[in-house]
Amino acid sequence: MKRVLVAILLIVFVISIAWVLQVQHQNQTRVLTISTTTSLYDTGLLEEAIAPAFKEKYGIELHFIPKGTGAAIQDAKNGASDAIMVHARSKEVKFMEEGYGVNRKIFAYNFFVIVGPPEDPAEIKGLSPVEALKKIAEAGRSGKAIWVSRDDGSGTNTKEKALWKMAGFDYVEVKEENWFRRTGTGMGATLNYANNVGGYTLSDTGTYLKFRKDGLISLEALVDKGEELINIYAIIIVNPEKFQKDFEGAILLAKWLTSREGQKIIGQFGVDQYDKPLFFPIVSVLEKKEEPIYDWILRYGLIEDGDKLTECPQRYRYQSSLTFFEVNQT
Amino acid sequence: MTWEYVLKGIEGAFEMIASLDVEVADIALRSIKVSGIATLMAAIIGIPTGVALGISTFRGRNVLRSFFNGMLGIPTVVMGLILYLILAPAGPLGSLKLLYTEMGISFGQMLLILPIVVSFTASSIESVEREIRELALTLGASRAEATLKVIREASAGVLLAVIAAFNRAIAELGIALMVGGNIFVRGGALNTRVLTTSIQMYVARGDIDIAIALGMILLGIVFVITTVSNFLQSRWVLK
Repeated sequence: MKRVLVAILLIVFVISIAWVLQVQHQNQTRVLTISTTTSLYDTGLLEEAIAPAFKEKYGIELHFIPKGTGAAIQDAKNGASDAIMVHARSKEVKFMEEGYGVNRKIFAYNFFVIVGPPEDPAEIKGLSPVEALKKIAEAGRSGKAIWVSRDDGSGTNTKEKALWKMAGFDYVEVKEENWFRRTGTGMGATLNYANNVGGYTLSDTGTYLKFRKDGLISLEALVDKGEELINIYAIIIVNPEKFQKDFEGAILLAKWLTSREGQKIIGQFGVDQYDKPLFFPIVSVLEKKEEPIYDWILRYGLIEDGDKLTECPQRYRYQSSLTFFEVNQT
Repeated sequence: MTWEYVLKGIEGAFEMIASLDVEVADIALRSIKVSGIATLMAAIIGIPTGVALGISTFRGRNVLRSFFNGMLGIPTVVMGLILYLILAPAGPLGSLKLLYTEMGISFGQMLLILPIVVSFTASSIESVEREIRELALTLGASRAEATLKVIREASAGVLLAVIAAFNRAIAELGIALMVGGNIFVRGGALNTRVLTTSIQMYVARGDIDIAIALGMILLGIVFVITTVSNFLQSRWVLK
């Protein structure tokens, strides 16, 4: 009996030590929890490039929780994160409208691509995105093509819905048709599925290039041009009046991401591996008004605020040292 | 589809394990630590509960027994979701600050495996109870001594319960992912990446060889633990 008692005491002791150590670490280390999207995360940009550089500079650990944009926003609404890094403007505006997010800053862009089997049964190569979707739907209805959709409320899925709308289809109706397959998972799994069934899908460039280079898929990038395909990433900070989070730290991150140093790291990531950048810095485009990207960012990345276009409307700004890009609407 | 990349993956996996990759070792050790703590906590709470349920006959005992039996098969994703909602800062236990921490995973896995410890312990007690107790009483033991004898006789079954619980904890993904968050910072002290979450992440990223390496390590841990427990059990029974 005595031995059992000693064993129990010992176990309790070990557990409490582990607990105390963790609480101590939690108090010692300054941590920012960032809910983010899988397309940023799965390329390795956040953990391999941004987190180490930020930690070295400010001593703050960045904890990234990868989810789809929709789920990332939900995470922040539950009070789990200090900021979100996402790519779906309509959802971002809603997040701020509901009072959960403030101080939106855009920090990077790249392009979505429509990928498909090399034989290209719907003959979309080189078309505009909207024309391509029309062709795919036509071929799909006659049994010659398959469209694969993530259908998971992610940023990529949000873009896909917008593209279907532009092509004159109702997403809710079209997704019930038999040539329209829904995976409900992340980008990687969806690319694998599309590859296996010889289907078309919309992908972010980063994940596609990685899977293509590693020889996991033989899908071709068939449509990669067109302003509709621009993909703009933004950071939004959790409203300090909603949750007691590390607002100052999150401001620091937003500032650093859009600083010269942060922008350089974003622009160089992946160049060694893929011979081209996976993400492009956005600040210099805004500063130098580089056409045509500048015009596309105005149209797809900014938000209307009275007679101005801005990355964060006045009413969603919370006092900080951040400055926001704005321009008069023409 | 060729088998080439699978073979390449296995080859890469062996290289990684042979070279004792620091990151891989870190993740594997965390898995053992997190699930080990969960198992210890479940044992402390679960064994006494199981013994009590196995020995005594009180009203409501059957209800409790069926409750724990029913919870044996609870899907880990459901458990993960419930815990996420409870532990999120906006949730009822948000003030514990357990979301996205190692302790949070341990706590969740403890709840997951508690029914295993309780049910298996109670069953093994029940299976020896009457026979041993009557024998002990006939031989002149007091009631307390008879009870102790029953517990000692059932200890092999209890050990099996604890091992099964550990194996379920270390192999589950739902809780580790939703409550842990798969956080990894190089050199960070607050990482929560464990074997199962990293396997799913590397598969999603298409890094098959790392996923295979981690999968083999996970299998190895479960295999070793089970073998050791079988060995212990056979010695125990022979004694």
